[in-house]
Amino acid sequence: MRLMKKENPRSIPFIFILIAGILAFIAMFIIAMVVGAAETSIKDVWLALTSTEKNKTILMLREIRFPREVAAIFVGAALAVAGAIMQGLTRNPLADPGLLGLTAGANAALAITIAFIPSANYFTITIVCFIGAAAGTLMVFGIGAMKKGGFSPLRIVLAGAAISLFLRAVAEGIGIYFKISKDVAMWTSGGMVGTTWDQLQVIIPFIVIGITVSFLFSRQLTILSLSEEVAVGLGQNITRIKTILFIVIILLAGASVALVGSMTFLGLMVPHIVRAIVGTDYRYILPMTAITGAIFMLLADTLGRTINAPYETPVAAIIAMVGLPFFLIIVRKGGKAFS
Amino acid sequence: MTRLYTESLNIGYGERHIVKNLSVKIPDKKITTIIGPNGCGKSTLLKAITRIISQQSGTVVLDGKDISKVNTKLLAKKMAILPQTPESASGLTVGELVSYGRFPYQSGFGRLTKKDYEVIEWALDVTGTADFKFHPVDALSGGQRQRVWIAMALAQETDIIFLDEPTTYLDMAHQLEVLELLQKLNKEQERTIIMVLHDLNQAARFADYIIALKDGEVVKAGTCEEVITRDVLRKVFQIDAEIGRDPRTNKPMCITYNLIKGDYKHEKTAVPVYSAVSVNY
Repeated sequence: MRLMKKENPRSIPFIFILIAGILAFIAMFIIAMVVGAAETSIKDVWLALTSTEKNKTILMLREIRFPREVAAIFVGAALAVAGAIMQGLTRNPLADPGLLGLTAGANAALAITIAFIPSANYFTITIVCFIGAAAGTLMVFGIGAMKKGGFSPLRIVLAGAAISLFLRAVAEGIGIYFKISKDVAMWTSGGMVGTTWDQLQVIIPFIVIGITVSFLFSRQLTILSLSEEVAVGLGQNITRIKTILFIVIILLAGASVALVGSMTFLGLMVPHIVRAIVGTDYRYILPMTAITGAIFMLLADTLGRTINAPYETPVAAIIAMVGLPFFLIIVRKGGKAFS
Repeated sequence: MTRLYTESLNIGYGERHIVKNLSVKIPDKKITTIIGPNGCGKSTLLKAITRIISQQSGTVVLDGKDISKVNTKLLAKKMAILPQTPESASGLTVGELVSYGRFPYQSGFGRLTKKDYEVIEWALDVTGTADFKFHPVDALSGGQRQRVWIAMALAQETDIIFLDEPTTYLDMAHQLEVLELLQKLNKEQERTIIMVLHDLNQAARFADYIIALKDGEVVKAGTCEEVITRDVLRKVFQIDAEIGRDPRTNKPMCITYNLIKGDYKHEKTAVPVYSAVSVNY
């Protein structure tokens, strides 16, 4: 890629794309902070962020809207990066944490925990989500690998749909049997409503670690996304790299579910859009995916708060509205959108 | 002394044995070709020697060491592999793809050094792909694309290069182009080249050493004069071949052949497709 940057006059240097992305992100963040059911101005937002002043609007911004948008940023980035890594690792353009059983697994684990350990604190629940996400994915890939020569993109998606349905049924069954449906639903479909600073303190470190580690292995991921044989030939320890990246996916998806519940299609969509702009090198894809994912989630959350104000429209529904047609386009084009 | 050899190699999946107790020596600085019917274990052997798959027992020895115990990045500086029909390079440019050949030499975030750029330029020049440097790999023709992948292997700066059927899906002219490039690399730079080929006459024309495999065992290994014979081809492919001489290269060649009636029962021993008579490219 550096070859290109040096001598190819046609391509836009990555740094410009990155700066444009960051500017768009800042703009979206400001819009998300200012627009909402309650009347606020840019000045209020500024005061809420920088001063220690206290009035009703500023407190509302600081304690309700600000943590909520921060949650949107981190969850958006986490899900998008998890999707990008999954797509590269499995060379499956349809990979997405929601489609491959991660979020359903985390959901089921969450329901089980609420049922049996009602006193579980937020940290425990987060860890449980990681375990559930890992179990969900392993089940999906287990089924996908059952038939020899398995692992075709669509078969994995089908296995993911089946396992997700099963795990959702488990979660609902537990919810009904233990009469905790409402609590479970609060978690799994609540979106970013009611996110607190305490929750963010638990979740954000996991997401930051996950994204940082993914950046460190982005070059290896690029080569792995071409072909495993090529990766081995070039001297990669692919077992180690795949294991590390798998753990990263679990961290990112599990943390997202712990915070906002199920969210499908974001991880599918964003990497495809980013690839159309920056190409196939994951050193560029991953940072841009993180930024774009954050922008998307901020946008979705802002729409969710405003479309039918003062009522909330679920963010997952808004993302699915865009995501499903996108999914169909990718299937139709055999894996490539926008290119 | 031979740098690379295998010792009683057994490869298989579960009950199925693909390569059986196989010991071969790969001559240094020569072109070695592995031939044999479909499913005889050619590609499997190549993958085991290059540590892409692991064997059930036996060893692959390079420079006196069992390769399964050698650091994989260190191995990548000694041998490069071009897998069978590499998957599409979705969106990468030629220059980018070739630059990945420098991976074994990089650490950390992978900034290319001046030396890396020189090697990449050289690899592009030698394979005649420098003109396409900024073109997407997927937009090239089959022959060009194959040369780009070879350029990537060359950028690895290894003494040994493995290729699994490098001429598959190429037309006759492009097949010859790729083989001549490999021959040039062997002659001018003394690189050891090991490849799987389907076409016997190409094997005879370009290889210094041929290993004929059947059912995971070596039927015959030696020069083309020793291997491309009526007797060996009968055993390996179950064909009755007419062996003549290539009028231009004076190498042995299979001019025409028939199936041996009654002997042909093995479902996997499909007949390789030759363009029979006077193939002079």
